[in-house]
Amino acid sequence: MRKEGYRLVQIGATRLPEHVELTYSFDRDLRLANLRLQVPAAEARVPSISSIYWCAFLYENEMHDLFNVQVEGMAVDFHGHLYETAVKFPFGSTKAPVAKPAPPPAAGQPAAKTTVQPAASSNPAQPTSTLDSGL
Amino acid sequence: MARTIIPFGPQHPVLPEPIHLDLVVEDEKVIEARPSIGFIHRGLEKLVEKKDYVEFVYIAERICGICSFIHGQTYCQAVEAIMNVTVPPRALYLRTIWGELSRLHSHLLWLGLMADAMGFESLFMHSWRVRERVLNIIEATTGGRVIFGSCKIGGVRRDIDAEGFKSMMAELSQLERDISDITKVFIQDNSVKARLGGVGVLTRQDAYELGCVGPTLRASGVAQDMRQLGYAAFKDLKVEPITRSEGDSYARCSVRCAELFQSIDLIRQAISRIPAGEIAVKMTGNPNGEFIARTEQPRGEVAYCVKANGTKNLQRFRVRTPTFANLPALVKLLQGCELADVPVLVLTIDPCISCTER
Repeated sequence: MRKEGYRLVQIGATRLPEHVELTYSFDRDLRLANLRLQVPAAEARVPSISSIYWCAFLYENEMHDLFNVQVEGMAVDFHGHLYETAVKFPFGSTKAPVAKPAPPPAAGQPAAKTTVQPAASSNPAQPTSTLDSGL
Repeated sequence: MARTIIPFGPQHPVLPEPIHLDLVVEDEKVIEARPSIGFIHRGLEKLVEKKDYVEFVYIAERICGICSFIHGQTYCQAVEAIMNVTVPPRALYLRTIWGELSRLHSHLLWLGLMADAMGFESLFMHSWRVRERVLNIIEATTGGRVIFGSCKIGGVRRDIDAEGFKSMMAELSQLERDISDITKVFIQDNSVKARLGGVGVLTRQDAYELGCVGPTLRASGVAQDMRQLGYAAFKDLKVEPITRSEGDSYARCSVRCAELFQSIDLIRQAISRIPAGEIAVKMTGNPNGEFIARTEQPRGEVAYCVKANGTKNLQRFRVRTPTFANLPALVKLLQGCELADVPVLVLTIDPCISCTER
């Protein structure tokens, strides 16, 4: 894609029941081209494209922090500290845990740690359409 | 030579929003800049699981406090494309007018911040004084100054009557004179030229390959502007990307100055051609499908990836904001710069961290 003059627009991830769906969007002359792959959610692991598109490192770190996708060989690796979310990998499961507000600490006691508990099943459906584009 | 790491931010006089940079310096030369973000991540993309797709326009608008309207508009465009909705032409023109007003107040805000970063306090105050005129127009036509709340799926919530357009045209003439006065200083003043000229040069190739967008990209000579896609009323209006070839901070400032006049011209074009008719269509059902909508925000291209599965809650809502795309360029710009130039270079990409972290 880079040799053909495409610019990286974005890398996005979507959590499906069994997979994580990754969408790589590129642009050339205002035309959008999308590449899509699905990786098993249980052990989501993809190689980095930051050796080709250096700027991809931000998208890839985001993908790791929010979706628990392991990206191998990132040009800049934040080691899970790009986003310091209360819930680790908030999109990492279709039954993502939801943070509950911590109870107010008793007088003289340190604040309690945030507790987590599983949310109700969200039952996401399989995608039914092919990818459109901005054009 | 010994290396020192200087922490820059997240709280710093030049930063309107929190971003942290570890600056590795040798003497006063920056060898490397390591960015840290995530201080104001709000999890807005995750919120789509709780808010239905109609209500979510409010969330999209609150991603950013500056280009809020265009966030809402882009979200609506994505959902409307999935649901195959034809938005009334008058609504498209109204969206265009409010979108360009957003660009005006955003660029004027940036000019003020840049003047402040340069130590040109009176220019900062004049820029923000002129910005008030834009905010007054926005307030008169939408009821809000920053969050418009005017866009909805299928059209817009409010119309502007003939009297409103007449007042707006009169105000735009005064605004144009004021902008002409202050941009003369930004373009011609020797102290501004000396502070910005040749600082942070981004070559055309680097800007393109680093995925830059908006004025940051156009100041390096790449004529790319998402308004050329013809969304909203831009298919009927004459819009040409404004470019410069130097790629330095002065070029990025010049592009934004020229875009102020371009936005005024676009608003005038839109007012002169706006058709009569409905401002919204009634929506029924739930979206089912997927779309990537792109628009040109003040800081550049924004991409909204929306995926729906036929329920009232979207399956995925993902936003790639312009500052997110410009951050890699900032890291490159800082490598090799003088420590004293860091504030100017950070501001020169017009960073919006709230947008970036969502």
